[in-house]
Amino acid sequence: MEIKKAAMAGTLESSDAQVTVEPGDGTVELTIESSVIHQFGKQIRAVILETLGRLEVTSAKVKVVDKGALDCTLKARVECAVFRSNGRTESLPWGGAIR
Amino acid sequence: MSHPNKKRLRRSMMFLNCQKPGLIKDPYIYRPDSIMLDLEDAVAENQKDAARYSLYHALQEIDYRGVERVVRINGLDTPHWKEDIRVCVAGGADTIRIAKTESARDVHTVEEYVLAAEKEFGRPEGSTLLMAALESCRGVLHALEVCESSDRLIGIALSGGDYTKDLQTVITGTGVELQGARQQMIIAARAAGVQCWDTVFTNLDAMDVFEEEVRMVKMMGFDGKSLVNPRQIAIVHKIFTPSQKEIIFAEKVVREIEEKKALGVGVFTVDGKMIDIAFYDGAKRTIALAKASGVYEGEL
Repeated sequence: MEIKKAAMAGTLESSDAQVTVEPGDGTVELTIESSVIHQFGKQIRAVILETLGRLEVTSAKVKVVDKGALDCTLKARVECAVFRSNGRTESLPWGGAIR
Repeated sequence: MSHPNKKRLRRSMMFLNCQKPGLIKDPYIYRPDSIMLDLEDAVAENQKDAARYSLYHALQEIDYRGVERVVRINGLDTPHWKEDIRVCVAGGADTIRIAKTESARDVHTVEEYVLAAEKEFGRPEGSTLLMAALESCRGVLHALEVCESSDRLIGIALSGGDYTKDLQTVITGTGVELQGARQQMIIAARAAGVQCWDTVFTNLDAMDVFEEEVRMVKMMGFDGKSLVNPRQIAIVHKIFTPSQKEIIFAEKVVREIEEKKALGVGVFTVDGKMIDIAFYDGAKRTIALAKASGVYEGEL
């Protein structure tokens, strides 16, 4: 999926994550800030890249500020930001690209 | 055949805001009978989309350990409800709570989209249950037709805030403004053989008033109450679960009626109270409620 415009989802509240996506230059450039980066950095990165992969995002600048979110919340925030960047809110692929 | 969970135990139905990941991740620790994941009023208008992604993954990935997962969708007068239904069904929600229900037609409209979603996402047809929140004078006046509208419908819930607004009054704390609606709704629900839940109580500093209200709605015949805070759960369960004294009496009534029936005796006394066949169903219901609540392991 193409990142058409900058979009954001999530908050900086505890157990949440704030995800920002912007149009990229042909690659996925991911930066992560997290208070638990040493413990869970690899896992957070893997969840985000897998989610972007399912959404077929190949060109984007993605910034994640994690506040101790569960994997399911990370996925939800990444998906929301990506679909917002496309202006899509209906007929979403639940159980397909979103899973 | 009716859905096996249509009449499950629903003493406590706790609202949780889908917009807040911290709230929806572990509510099972409080052991409500049902959680109501809210896509409607608790979610800001510009976060309706975000709440759906959180809901989908929560339904798919969080083990709520047997707690029923109800989702409150946005009203039929909004642009959100159709996608709400798709995500509920795709995620595998147990039950959908229809906001602002005013007629059987509203239930039929939702039912039509739920069936389409069950087909789209390969879920068994008829597996998603429905409940209807009555939030207006028209809705309350149409309680019976709503209760009888669908095989999927488990019951009706009063939504006191919007209802009193429509009635042109406010929640007073005395319950006087809700009397008519409560009475009408429980009568309709019983006539149709579905369940009925009371509205939320939002003043968390007045737990004594809350307890009084719970006792009153239990006496009126309600099955339970919508809740806004985990602190309210234990009080509701205490009041809606039969006491040991009530269970022992119900056991005696059931046994005595069965025994006396065989002997051709119609009326007799149990613990000094006059008992006849009219008490049988009530006593059986007490035993069933005690069993479902996990406080009875007897043979009846």
